[in-house]
Amino acid sequence: MDINLIITSFPKLIIASFTTIKLLSVSLLIGLFIGVLFALLRINNNIILGKIAYGYSYVFRGTPLLVQIFIIYYGFGQVELIRESIFWSVLKEPYWCAVIAFALNTGAYTSEILRSAFQTIKPGLIEAGKSLGVNSKIIFYKIQIPIAIRQSLPAYGNEIILMLKGTSLASTVTLMDLTGVAKYIISTTFKPIEVFIIAGSIYLFFTFIIHNIIKVLEKKYSF
Amino acid sequence: MELLAFGNTGWGDELFIATLMTVAVSITAMVIGFIFALIFTPLKLSKYKFLNYIANFYTTIIRGVPELLVIYLFFFGGSGAIMYVASIFGYNEYIEINAFLTGAFSIGIISGAYSTEVFRGALQSIDKGQFEASNVLGFNKIIRFYKIILPQMLRLSIPNLSNVWQITLKDTSLISVTGLVEIMRQSYIAAGSTRDPLFFYTFAAILYLLLTFLSMKFINRMEVKYNRGF
Repeated sequence: MDINLIITSFPKLIIASFTTIKLLSVSLLIGLFIGVLFALLRINNNIILGKIAYGYSYVFRGTPLLVQIFIIYYGFGQVELIRESIFWSVLKEPYWCAVIAFALNTGAYTSEILRSAFQTIKPGLIEAGKSLGVNSKIIFYKIQIPIAIRQSLPAYGNEIILMLKGTSLASTVTLMDLTGVAKYIISTTFKPIEVFIIAGSIYLFFTFIIHNIIKVLEKKYSF
Repeated sequence: MELLAFGNTGWGDELFIATLMTVAVSITAMVIGFIFALIFTPLKLSKYKFLNYIANFYTTIIRGVPELLVIYLFFFGGSGAIMYVASIFGYNEYIEINAFLTGAFSIGIISGAYSTEVFRGALQSIDKGQFEASNVLGFNKIIRFYKIILPQMLRLSIPNLSNVWQITLKDTSLISVTGLVEIMRQSYIAAGSTRDPLFFYTFAAILYLLLTFLSMKFINRMEVKYNRGF
């Protein structure tokens, strides 16, 4: 055990963890938006839109996140059309490539979570609303959405934690997030255990916080 | 298309072998995970608090820390740890462990944590009556476990184990950082030497999709088979 290394690398890893948090929150925000959009496409009655949404979630859930990042980061830069378009100013940054990949990935999982939450709402509740003469827009906003939020909270909490772990892949496209800096310290000092303990504890600390926030929200929305 | 030709002109045969390598690593990791799960599940359900702590420590750490970090730990730390153990026994040469074993072991530890949770859930959902009935019939503990509890536990855990398998299969893509030539690494090499990353990474994605699709088909068939009579 090299206590000195632990003390000197701790501040570096803390600073790096801000990158991780930034990546996580931005991609979760965009991912939630994508997830809601595709979940709505899945539950509406249009078969073609439903198929497209299913295809999207199937492809993104069936392939590793690493492949998705590499396609966006290394693959898209090769296409002339993209390089000359306005998207290039975004796609040439590894940070945005990682965010896009994470957002699309978590969007696929989120759409699946929200879809199953909407589908487990008992039809009786919607029928009760209808028979009370509530119009369908209010049924959707005041009955379906609050129940769906409650139903999907535990699964969405897991998804946030999976995404926190997923952000470690940003280090493969040259971003210096928590894992990236940890790997750099490991490969320069060859002391993996010490670095693993600190970086691992920081990740566990984040997991712990997320877990507790979700728990509080679950209690707040429970009925 | 000529990029995928077999032989020296294309990358078809290399990618085919790499796909087999991915399958081999995934299966090995899954088996290692099973062994870990079969060790830690009883600890998790034991009446001794201390054993519970050990099992919870394992599953919490592994499920809370990124896979990549675990792989780096074993990749950089694995041979050091083994050399340290060997030096106690008086062997001081440099030992290099093979990338396949490091990869399969680190992914196996990760999938073991998930399998432990799956087995625990399955064991807890087995009807109490089954335990009591086997006690009444006078089975001893070992026979009770192997002949009555284990078959039911496995049946109940098939749907969740299929999730673990999907996670494991996708996690093997991370082993590419250690240099083991599986789908991801081979695509990286091919993309580097042909300067066509879009094609090769998309092809890698298709290979992974194919693997998950085929394994889902296989697991669904197994589920039907083991749910006969329920």
